[in-house]
Amino acid sequence: MTVMDKPTTSMDAKKRYSAGVLKYAQMGYWDGDYQPKETDLLAVFRVTPQDGVDPVEAAAAVAGESSTATWTVVWTDRLTACDSYRAKAYKVEPVPGQPGQYFCFIAYDLILFEEGSIANLTASIIGNVFSFKPIKAARLEDMRFPPAYVKTYRGPPTGIVVERERLDKFGRPLLGATIKPKLGLSGKNYGRVVYEGLKGGLDFTKDDENINSQPFMHWRDRFLYAQEAVMKATADTGETKGHYLNITAGTMEEMYRRAEFAKDLGSCIVMIDLVIGWTAIQSMAEWCRANDMILHMHRAGHGTYTRQKSHGVSFRVIAKWLRLAGVDHLHAGTAVGKLEGDPMTVQGYYNVCRETKNAVDLQRGLFFEQDWCDLRKVMPVASGGIHAGQMHQLLHLFGDDVVMQFGGGTIGHPMGIQAGAIANRVAMETMVLARNEGRDIMAEGPQILRDAAKWCKPLEAALATWGEVTFDYASTDTSDFVPTAASS
Amino acid sequence: MRLTQGAFSFLPDLTDQQISAQVEHALGQGWAVSLEFTDDPHPRNTYWEMWGMPMFDLKDAAGVMAELREARKAHPECYIRVNAFDSTRGWETVRLSFIVHRPSVEPGFHLDRIEEKGRFQRYAVRRKSA
Repeated sequence: MTVMDKPTTSMDAKKRYSAGVLKYAQMGYWDGDYQPKETDLLAVFRVTPQDGVDPVEAAAAVAGESSTATWTVVWTDRLTACDSYRAKAYKVEPVPGQPGQYFCFIAYDLILFEEGSIANLTASIIGNVFSFKPIKAARLEDMRFPPAYVKTYRGPPTGIVVERERLDKFGRPLLGATIKPKLGLSGKNYGRVVYEGLKGGLDFTKDDENINSQPFMHWRDRFLYAQEAVMKATADTGETKGHYLNITAGTMEEMYRRAEFAKDLGSCIVMIDLVIGWTAIQSMAEWCRANDMILHMHRAGHGTYTRQKSHGVSFRVIAKWLRLAGVDHLHAGTAVGKLEGDPMTVQGYYNVCRETKNAVDLQRGLFFEQDWCDLRKVMPVASGGIHAGQMHQLLHLFGDDVVMQFGGGTIGHPMGIQAGAIANRVAMETMVLARNEGRDIMAEGPQILRDAAKWCKPLEAALATWGEVTFDYASTDTSDFVPTAASS
Repeated sequence: MRLTQGAFSFLPDLTDQQISAQVEHALGQGWAVSLEFTDDPHPRNTYWEMWGMPMFDLKDAAGVMAELREARKAHPECYIRVNAFDSTRGWETVRLSFIVHRPSVEPGFHLDRIEEKGRFQRYAVRRKSA
């Protein structure tokens, strides 16, 4: 039986629509027998109900507040096929090891959403519900988008395959570095760091998230000097190089102006910050698609809502929205570096970026199957407190399709920036070679690096400087899935 | 200069044994291996000359290594690269590419600048003659 055939509610209509306040579950937002349709959007929220609030009612309230409900009964519902507009909470499970928290599964009919608009999607799914009083906290853990919905988006303008073809770089991770210090360098000095890094062996250098157009360096100066450095390093090495020019600005008009200038100079890539908002992101994706430009996304600000398990939106959901919205590069964590990230959870984000289809993978936080319907793949970026001595771990965790960014690990090298870049490039190439030869890089990695350091002084110096640095803190965001032996 | 295209250009030139191991790896992934050569390694020169067609359905690296010996004999002053092509849906592209032969002299490139209005410049990377 489909939703359309079902009786509007389990109550008779006269009772259901008499004026007053009803429980959300009674209003039709809970249906424990509901079988999600292939065309439904699915969401799982981690909900912490207020004391005394029944988890099923809390789940129904989340379904209601993220779809059609208001706090009281309205007779105007009866002018619509209202049951199809009601999201259905269909499953509630206690979160293992987290008393008072429940995973609430909710299905949304396709008709609730406008085609190709993350703004519309988020206005529904995270619009009101996170402030709702009967729940103490809520977190959007994961979503499933049906093919009919996925196909309303154009996705990444370039994608991993085309990016690699344009750069002519195959079979190894890409290497990058963020220019440091991020604030204060003049355009001329900034371009020097770009040149040294790229000439040394990096594929990309990067503006940081808050480098826009400040008094010490106006954007046009930065763009002119950075592109001079990119082209000089390209001629020196015979390799295609790039610098992510951050075009984030106060208005779309200004962002387009900066993007056009970057294109005219011959840059292959531009960069935006997550804080510009969903509509601006989708607009820049359109622009990049029309102008053969790679779009780098720096996830500035995400930690305010992704890091705490009890409340907010998981980064895996943000990654899914960004793949739909259309970015080519996405900072997705390092697991071993200075920033938050449990290794399995981070691998889950990478899978969202790169796989054609995601299987259910609870240990990596993936609650649903997701078919990406041939939408292009996003290149994840590992950045923040990583160094050459971790190369075997990084390659083992993330494989080839990733940009590894060693900012401090390049620019802080005791023999200079070029030496820092050489150290990272040699470490990476030697580890890829060894892995392809069938060696166990997790066991032999440190020895493989030491062997390369015998003929590569910059790598020797890098290992001596940072070899022992680790950031070993407990993660705040881990999957609460507990693997249990199958009962067969 | 040393051209640093390809996956392993920062390492000492690979021995034939090392090349063979990489080819075995590529075949193990189900990729088709091919050889290409050029005397113009400009970064935008996408289409190097094909040394025959991609070698589909090879059992081991010996065939590729025999072709490589022939290619080196025929084009000693060219660059030669190994490409491995993956026909899996969603990839359908080269998955590994690395240089296996270099000319005795690598001349490198000039950067030409054309100054325009304001501080704007147009760039062209031009091959130096050997």
